[in-house]
Amino acid sequence: MSEYQSESLGQRALRQLLKKKFVVFCFAIIALYLFIAFLGVIGLLPDYQERVAAPYQPPSLGFATLLGTDIFGRSVLYKILAGTQTAMTIGFLVTAISVPVGVALGALSGFYGGKVDAFIVWLYTVIVSVPYILMVIAISYVLGKGLVAICIAMGALGWVGLCRLTRGEFLKHRDREYVMASRLLGASDMRIIFIHILPNVIHLAIITASLRILGAIKSEVILTYLGVGIQDGSSWGTMISDASGELVQGIWWPLTGVAAAMFVIIYALNVAGDALRDALDPKLLD
Amino acid sequence: MSYIVRRLLYMIPTILGVALLVFFLFSVAGEDPVRIALGSHASPEAIAALEAKWGLDRPLHMQFLGFLGQIVTFDYGESFISGEPLSDMFAEGAVVSLSLTLPPFVIGQVLFVSLSILIAYYRDSWLDRFATAGTVMTMSVSYLVYIIAFQYILAYQLELFPIRGYASGLEGLQYLVLPSLIILVVSIGPNVRIYRTVFLDEMNADYVRTARAKGVGEAGVLFKHVLKNAMIPILTYTVVAIPFLILGSFLMERYFSLPGVGDLLISAINNGDFPVLKGLTMYIAIAYSVFNLLTDIAYAYVDPRVQLN
Repeated sequence: MSEYQSESLGQRALRQLLKKKFVVFCFAIIALYLFIAFLGVIGLLPDYQERVAAPYQPPSLGFATLLGTDIFGRSVLYKILAGTQTAMTIGFLVTAISVPVGVALGALSGFYGGKVDAFIVWLYTVIVSVPYILMVIAISYVLGKGLVAICIAMGALGWVGLCRLTRGEFLKHRDREYVMASRLLGASDMRIIFIHILPNVIHLAIITASLRILGAIKSEVILTYLGVGIQDGSSWGTMISDASGELVQGIWWPLTGVAAAMFVIIYALNVAGDALRDALDPKLLD
Repeated sequence: MSYIVRRLLYMIPTILGVALLVFFLFSVAGEDPVRIALGSHASPEAIAALEAKWGLDRPLHMQFLGFLGQIVTFDYGESFISGEPLSDMFAEGAVVSLSLTLPPFVIGQVLFVSLSILIAYYRDSWLDRFATAGTVMTMSVSYLVYIIAFQYILAYQLELFPIRGYASGLEGLQYLVLPSLIILVVSIGPNVRIYRTVFLDEMNADYVRTARAKGVGEAGVLFKHVLKNAMIPILTYTVVAIPFLILGSFLMERYFSLPGVGDLLISAINNGDFPVLKGLTMYIAIAYSVFNLLTDIAYAYVDPRVQLN
């Protein structure tokens, strides 16, 4: 018993996560995709716009033609790798915007209550009353479409769920003894919020972040099909959109390749998200 | 009763907020409708005349006041592009969207509850593990991949359905089956996953132990006790989804060329058709607020522990 008591929540969660081999494997896959994205950022990925063979060649041995070629004879594999960079960028950019906003607004709302709370609740009630995709499209239009535009649009709208969760937790925590004790000792509001309460609710942000990444990657495909996504060819969304016309000509490899690449990372993120939730907060529902 | 009145009053700032958001977002977003209607080489006089006709020459705050007037009177005017009154467009679009989304929604609810009860009954068996793994896998495939694959196999290869398109009246039904089927299939994974957790949570509750202790069989526990209690969270998930049924599905309607509300909205963004954008969005936002209120009332009705105040 004593050895368990000496463990922090984070250590216990880590031990639980490492116990399941499949979960570790999924984290390794996420790391691999991140590594590919990193290679793209420092310019080490092969140029996907280069012509490597005749148009519409089925998969054959050889690195560039492993997954066949597209209408311009470009390597499907290289396009998928470039798309990986785009997808991971979107996933992490959206999360980097929406998670801090959600935590900050939820914390302010739950901690202060009153007018601050009324305003923040009003703000997210307004946001959820308008169809999400419509808002993302409209904001992307305002910002001039493209990668950064849809990231900002999704980030600006994606904080609501986490804000609600965080708000609820802060409401519960703000009257607890430990908060009163630190207030009596003269701690400022900011110190109480960030040093004392936040560590007790930060697991919500971690769990939400893993789901937000995969949500953003999936949304990119839909937004691109609807016409506001990535405009050049380096995204999974563009590849999947093109594939519907190719399939009836018997060209199955671009769709199969990109669908498989996307399935693997979304599946790994799903498993990782579930495992994080089980380890950190088993009571939390989707 | 006083609760309902107070909640209806609370809706006013929300609707006002949505109006503000929608008005300013769509005034700057989207294309310039005047340029689209007249082409890029129109004379300044023609542009000014059309702007005056559409009321776009008024200052923004006057346009906004006009918009608020429209919200109060439920009359959002006519589409810039087709000249059709918005209420007609909404009614026609809503019929298409509801025909698309309502069947999978109703069939889905029955299916999700049955499947989740089955899985919860055989919890920790191979069936449970298989189903849990299956839901995560089906959730990991892109929506668009489902659409393309189903259309290719069922409509193109097996020729069971038309590839895409729409016809009004009963003839339109054949075009709706495939998209509705895809909506149903895609929604199984996430919903069964949530419902399973709901049922398992209820199965660990104290009243279940009491029921078992007094000799109620496993089936009796499930259908008499657990099902009734699980309906409370399930109701919450279900009712809030209803206003978005009227919206249809942006992706599905766009892909299969179905003239539903979602399709109208996307076309309106591309054409800068402000009346359509503002009108349809307000219809949906108001429906959403009303259904949220209905959820809370229904909640208090099925669960006597919940007090409305």
